Amino acid sequence: MPSGRPSLVGLLGLFFLLLIIVWLGVNFVKDPQEFINVFFVGLTRGAVYALIALGYTLVYGILQLINFAHGDVFALSGLIASSVLLSVFGVTTDSGAGLVIVAIAVALIVAMVLASTLNVTIEFVGYRRLRHAPRLAALITAIGMSFIVQNIALAIYDVDYQSIPRLIPNSSVLTIGEVALQWNKLFVLALTIPVLLALTWMVRETRHGKAMRATSQDRDASAMMGIDVNRTISFTFALAGSLAGAAGLLFLLYFTTMRYDTGFELGLIAFTAAVLGGIGNLTGAVLGGILIGLIQEFNEGLAWATPGGDWTRSIVFGILIAILVFRPSGLLGEQTPEGE
Amino acid sequence: MADLLVAEAVRKEFGGLVAVNDVDFVVPEQGIVSLIGPNGAGKTTFFNMLTGVYKVTSGEIHFAGERVTNKPPHAITERGVGRTFQNIRLFQQMSTIENVLVGMHSRLKGGILQSVLRTPKLRREERDAFDRARELLRFSGLRGRDNELSSNLSYGDQRRLEVARALATEPKLLLLDEPTAGMNPQETADFTAFVGRLRDERGLTVLLIEHDMKVVMGVSDRVTVLDYGEKIAEGPPSEIQKNERVIEAYLGKAAVEGASA
Repeated sequence: MPSGRPSLVGLLGLFFLLLIIVWLGVNFVKDPQEFINVFFVGLTRGAVYALIALGYTLVYGILQLINFAHGDVFALSGLIASSVLLSVFGVTTDSGAGLVIVAIAVALIVAMVLASTLNVTIEFVGYRRLRHAPRLAALITAIGMSFIVQNIALAIYDVDYQSIPRLIPNSSVLTIGEVALQWNKLFVLALTIPVLLALTWMVRETRHGKAMRATSQDRDASAMMGIDVNRTISFTFALAGSLAGAAGLLFLLYFTTMRYDTGFELGLIAFTAAVLGGIGNLTGAVLGGILIGLIQEFNEGLAWATPGGDWTRSIVFGILIAILVFRPSGLLGEQTPEGE
Repeated sequence: MADLLVAEAVRKEFGGLVAVNDVDFVVPEQGIVSLIGPNGAGKTTFFNMLTGVYKVTSGEIHFAGERVTNKPPHAITERGVGRTFQNIRLFQQMSTIENVLVGMHSRLKGGILQSVLRTPKLRREERDAFDRARELLRFSGLRGRDNELSSNLSYGDQRRLEVARALATEPKLLLLDEPTAGMNPQETADFTAFVGRLRDERGLTVLLIEHDMKVVMGVSDRVTVLDYGEKIAEGPPSEIQKNERVIEAYLGKAAVEGASA
């Protein structure tokens, strides 16, 4: 919005941004190695958030629906991946590399297939019939679906945390001075970055991606172009689900523990990330996820004048509120049929 | 000439309201047929049933010898029915050429796996699709606008793009819903000529909803008149112009004189 005079809100925003830059700068100067280490931790955490946030944003882009069940699909598939690793393959910290690699590969496939099947089923059973209903009806159904999936996880895995041994070592791949990049972080980044790039490319360039974008912009006109709208929407849910499944396994491998309600908070954080970047916008979801990951870790890991871990949730959800109030279209702009 | 589209006693009720009342209607192959009538006569509702957007309350629709009653829109498009909309409905956040490429969706075969693997066959298909899209844009008078965002085109050009996008579905029958609405006289004249070319150069059959009597009388072989959901007249333009019922219901004397002048 070009305007002659900067608004009070704009000035305040600028002031806060300046404050944050100064804070980051001072922390960097005081302890550059620690700063970079924390940066990597945040980047890794952010990459996991980005994977989940993409699922929210894909579904929102095509149906203008916040699929609240998404976080719980993520958690359930992560838990099932833990069963595959522990019960099927029986991996321990002493397992050979070969077994671990096979186990992880199988767990990844199981988690992705299961999560996308579940996501497609949720759409088919719950949302499809409500496509022409008021948006609130679908939203409440989404919240209901979230509880259903969460309680399925609770019924299967009870309230205890499911923990797996650290399969991807947290020893350093490379060390420069006191700055180190660990295997487990590298693993997460090496898996998410290509997925993010491939997904963006697919939606932008391929015929199926074009069909998705067309469906999100005008369903009736898309149908008249020979696009099977139901199939395109199912495909989108399958894609979002498979990302949730992959995120579930990655989360498990990186944090080594999760339980039935892990998806609740993770889902809300990823949703915040999607809104921060501009919901419906794929690049925005990635940017938002990484920013939130960094904000969390900087807040918990930096030494100088840091609010600290007790404040992390307040800060993250404070950002959600600030974005919704002052810049509802997010950093990179919303991409929906109505919004430009 | 064989009949490409046959609608038998097609009826649509919304609640208790009869929007289209048992209308029989045929479109002969390579014909240009116009559907006219006052606002709210049920013309667009009729279009929506032909294209599967609405389900019929009763009646049968056959296209190219096959029953298509209540088939989903994408299935009807696949069989060869393309359409444009009364209110322009382009994919506004896509470029001109992307709009046309989306129109080709049902004619392309590359699966998702092929897309990801970038097989040579798929690359060839994509290249061909791109060339055809460009050719269609040229044919529709949109040369050199390929990468422009469709919402930035002028009104007349957006109408042309809608036609190009409908042509990309490779229709046998093209339904145009008030294509000249909002066009200036020059654009309207160009468009009328363009509709003629669609049949003569592309062998298309055209069904037109139109309010501009100059266009209707100039281009159609046959005109069907709807009023309150009922067919009140059908015949060649010269007869329709003289038909008392039509004049009363819709045209008014001034319009008839205007068209014959």
